[in-house]
Amino acid sequence: MLLTEIKELLKKEILLEWRQKFAINGIFLYVISTVFVCYLSFRIIDHPATWNALFWIIILFASTNAVSKSFIQESTGKLLYLYTLASPQAIILSKIIYNMLLVMVLSMITYVFYSLFIGNLVQNQLLFVSSILLGSIGFSTVLTMVSAIASKTNNNVTLMAVLSFPVLMPLIITLLKVSKNAVDGIDPSISYKYLAVLLFINIIVSTLSYLLFPYLWRD
Amino acid sequence: MLNFKLKNNWWKILTVLLLIYTVIAGFLFKVPELPILHETIRNLYFHVTMWFGMMIILFVSLIYSIKYLAGFNQKYDVIASEAANVGIYMGLLGIATGMVWAKFTWGAWWVNDAKLNGAAITLLAYFAYLILRNSMDEEQKRARISAVYNIFSYVMLIVFLMILPRMTDSLHPGNGGNPGFGGYDLDSSMRMVFYPAVIGWTLLGVWIMTIKIRMKVLAEKLYFNE
Repeated sequence: MLLTEIKELLKKEILLEWRQKFAINGIFLYVISTVFVCYLSFRIIDHPATWNALFWIIILFASTNAVSKSFIQESTGKLLYLYTLASPQAIILSKIIYNMLLVMVLSMITYVFYSLFIGNLVQNQLLFVSSILLGSIGFSTVLTMVSAIASKTNNNVTLMAVLSFPVLMPLIITLLKVSKNAVDGIDPSISYKYLAVLLFINIIVSTLSYLLFPYLWRD
Repeated sequence: MLNFKLKNNWWKILTVLLLIYTVIAGFLFKVPELPILHETIRNLYFHVTMWFGMMIILFVSLIYSIKYLAGFNQKYDVIASEAANVGIYMGLLGIATGMVWAKFTWGAWWVNDAKLNGAAITLLAYFAYLILRNSMDEEQKRARISAVYNIFSYVMLIVFLMILPRMTDSLHPGNGGNPGFGGYDLDSSMRMVFYPAVIGWTLLGVWIMTIKIRMKVLAEKLYFNE
């Protein structure tokens, strides 16, 4: 029951995005422009820590922008209609899964363009890409939930950043550590514990969203 | 003193006695003589106890947020928000006392350290909680949404404060292989002051909290009677 609801809602999200391509194209253009601005201001970065930090800052702001529309930009009428059709758990899970896919694609595109313009210093590609994928899952889950919270307030665009950044910090710090290890090519066995922490954070955030979202949507 | 009932208020007397003991014993009792630390080790009774008190009071805030979502009793929301307020005060005092200590032992007001950054981000999250509360006018909605954020951010920050500093190198005592005060306190004389100090400061926080809650409840009663 929940699974079929999630499947249908996910299909709806993807179909909707496909039909009005301006939103998704806007996000991709945002990322590419940001990378280009960084390229113009930094030229080439050969300091691994700076390279790594700049990459995650771009991802952070791009995914905040991309995910914030999931609840904030929906009209109240449309949300109300959705709530009469599906259970709140199905709605939040489908939004999370959709945003997960979106942020994953987004961060991979960022990675490609970032490597192209600014250079690629990564020595362990597999570890770096897996940190990007785990990070995307974490970012999208936290941001989806915060976007649901912020959409209930009066000035939701500012609050989206203010509310999500402190909550995202554990994730970002862990990500910076793993990806720095990947950039430096340090033996991956040192990084496994950080990957485990990332997975742990992702599981916690998903469970919390699943439990808490039903309290958010009813007005 | 008109309606002072010992049965209900004994803990306030206990608070005052414990804090008098903390200040006197904290500044005058014997402490281990150590290089670098010297007398700054006494900060244990004022800095560390602030964080203990903050964690306990923020935990109270979390419990009342959960209780609010379970029953939608408006009073629980008042308690949760005032507990968060007092927790923030204690956190600010914890940072201030920690910064003074850091200046005298590490030589800088602030260093880039997992534990310190965790503390700063905890305060940021609770400031965000206050801003979130102020951005909604309708009371029930405000209570519900901020309870959700309170639970969400508390769990994430516990991850930050409890797990991450233990995984990295840290200058802070008790982390990254550094001994906590237990490593120096061989004859347990510091414990004799530390544990009463924790209880005293926490009770003081609870006392401030109860006064703030009563003021808020009275203000709301006035508002609804008009």
